[in-house]
Amino acid sequence: MAEFVMPSLGADMAAGTLANWRVALGDTVSRGDIIAEVETEKGLIEVEVFETGVVEALLVAEGEKVPVGTVLAEIRAVSASVPASESAPGDIISSGASDVDLDGPMASPAVRRRAHELGVFLGGVEGTGDHGRITLDDVQHLAGAQAAPIASGDRVRISPYARRIATERGVDVLRIGGTGPGGAIQASDVLSAKVPEPRKSVSAAERMQSAIAAAMTRANDEIPHYYVEHSIDMGNALAWLRETNASLSVAERLVSGAVVLRAVARALRKHKKLNATWQGGEVVPSDGIHVGLAVSLRGGGLVAPALRSTDEGSLSDLMARMTDLVSRARAGALRSSEMTSATITLTSLGERGVESVTPIIFPPQVAIVGCGATLERPWVVDGQVVPRPIMRVTLGADHRVTNGHQGARFLSALDGLLQEPEKL
Amino acid sequence: MTTYRDAVRTALQTLLREDPRVFLMGEDVGRYGGPYAVSKGLLKEFGEERVRDTPLCESTFVGAGIGAALGGMRPIVEVMTVNFSLLALDQVVNNAAVMRHMSGGQFEVPIAVRMATGGGKQLAAQHSHSLENWYAHIPGIKVLAPATVQDAHDMLLAAVEDPDPVFIFEHQMLYGMEGPLDTEATPPSPWKAAIRRSGSDVSLIAYGGSVHKALTAAEKLEKERVSAEVVDLRSLRPLDRETIVASVSRTHRAVVIDEAWKTGSLASEISAILAEDAFYELDAPVVRVCTLEVPIPYAKHLEEAALPQVDRIVEAAKRSVGGG
Repeated sequence: MAEFVMPSLGADMAAGTLANWRVALGDTVSRGDIIAEVETEKGLIEVEVFETGVVEALLVAEGEKVPVGTVLAEIRAVSASVPASESAPGDIISSGASDVDLDGPMASPAVRRRAHELGVFLGGVEGTGDHGRITLDDVQHLAGAQAAPIASGDRVRISPYARRIATERGVDVLRIGGTGPGGAIQASDVLSAKVPEPRKSVSAAERMQSAIAAAMTRANDEIPHYYVEHSIDMGNALAWLRETNASLSVAERLVSGAVVLRAVARALRKHKKLNATWQGGEVVPSDGIHVGLAVSLRGGGLVAPALRSTDEGSLSDLMARMTDLVSRARAGALRSSEMTSATITLTSLGERGVESVTPIIFPPQVAIVGCGATLERPWVVDGQVVPRPIMRVTLGADHRVTNGHQGARFLSALDGLLQEPEKL
Repeated sequence: MTTYRDAVRTALQTLLREDPRVFLMGEDVGRYGGPYAVSKGLLKEFGEERVRDTPLCESTFVGAGIGAALGGMRPIVEVMTVNFSLLALDQVVNNAAVMRHMSGGQFEVPIAVRMATGGGKQLAAQHSHSLENWYAHIPGIKVLAPATVQDAHDMLLAAVEDPDPVFIFEHQMLYGMEGPLDTEATPPSPWKAAIRRSGSDVSLIAYGGSVHKALTAAEKLEKERVSAEVVDLRSLRPLDRETIVASVSRTHRAVVIDEAWKTGSLASEISAILAEDAFYELDAPVVRVCTLEVPIPYAKHLEEAALPQVDRIVEAAKRSVGGG
């Protein structure tokens, strides 16, 4: 039996709220399927399962906040070698031999199957059979007992039609009186009842906004930011892009954003202290360079999914991955791993005409790079004033980890890399 | 204006004139002109071959009609009342209804059987009952209950045209009723129920003679600011579930009026349909107004007390609007 646990969606995450189950008891899941949504300070994150099997138990209810590592669900592995058609009807029985949990409840295959059908969880159940064996009667009894809380509640004397329209209108039938025989609630009673203010439903965008608010407040409260800024001459980079793109199809063409992204990643190779996280009072260097790309979403909201190993592979490959990531981010189809693995963030607001950005670090990261627009400016080159395309790049960094001197050297390195775009 | 009786006769004349396969037979349909004077004058017009008086033996002449239908004729058989038709029930259930099925579709039984039904004329416990539900229970036959002059005419034409056995129940209180008859108009499908009066508070669902009591009740209810819709079932088998459910989905209350005894009645069937298909539309329990579970009495006041009456329908509708 595999356990599906509350993942650590970021090095500093201690607990998460299970926002939604995307699967139901008995559903078959495959490795890589999104089976739950978890709400963290970073936002609502889709969580994938790493096992293929059948959802045997959902142990945490929606809305419950639990520590990282808490078992959320049990996935019973289905042997990959057994064709689905053979495994389906008798899988609970046939797979028993390999999956029997010796510490688990004692129950015959028939009992387990019945329990599965009725959605009864047998863990910890003491049966009434010999040696505590769980019997079919026990399962039936448990099914009744476990279902009871849903079925119970005060019985209301109400017509079916009145009940239906009460549900549609959000009228609580326990709170209104009936004028029918024996106090029965009729449609007229529902229609004359004061309709409560529709409960404001919290949209995913609103939840995301509140998660961003929490993260940014924490960043501003805890992180001693310092900022250094550099104006980078993008002339060489843009000339190289024009030349390169001339021989590429429209779909393959590179954008300057990809060049900057790669240059940031490469610059970090030499300035590893900026590529780290701050955890529990100390800096933890990150293993790879995974630059998070700040993507604003339509209808509000902001995500910064990571492009893994941003410093590696060809530039055209990076370009393709970047396009894919941004479109998936906007479609709300990001993976939990992408949401949590960024080691530094890059935010570009140049397209909006912004000249420079003074960004706030995404905890637990320790640095963030903000790019403004690339604008034609009068620039002094070799004693002459000439128009050059200039981009202002701002590094925001955590002073507990690095200082302005180190930050400045990083920006210089970035500048240097952008002067030789062909090497990126 | 035409009477219900004349409307049936007009249809009989049309059928006898236009289709040589059609003939009428039954007790006293010829020389006597029919117990309700429906076939008056037809013997003279069409002769003994086509308007045939039969012995007092329902099993025989209904059976003969079934045989004639199997042989390619289009017999119209008149049975004096539904009470007497029980003698022919074996022919109906075991032959007419099953022949298509048992012959693997080789034979059909295009017979039309007309009979009087219902009480109200002090004809006592052997001539007054409503047993339409007995017939509506049987797969393989169709059952119609014309409540208007127009339907009395149109439904007989449709019954003779239909390839299966069709039973037509004519309420004995309706024969003298007058109403408009248009023999040129294209008739509506006989298998669909009709909204005879639109309303918004309660559906009065009835058939045959009870339709008129329901309409009178609806008028009375209107004076008491209750808007009643009247549904005329028209076809008792098949039942038009759709129209019934649609009406109750508008009014959310139902009173079913049925001159049969309540137990096991068509009113019970309608109630079950509403429970099945309109449960979440019901704002009050379904109320059934049926004949009291006694043999229909001879004494006038007792007969009136036993049969569904307008006042009982009004009272039931008000109870329903009040939540049951």
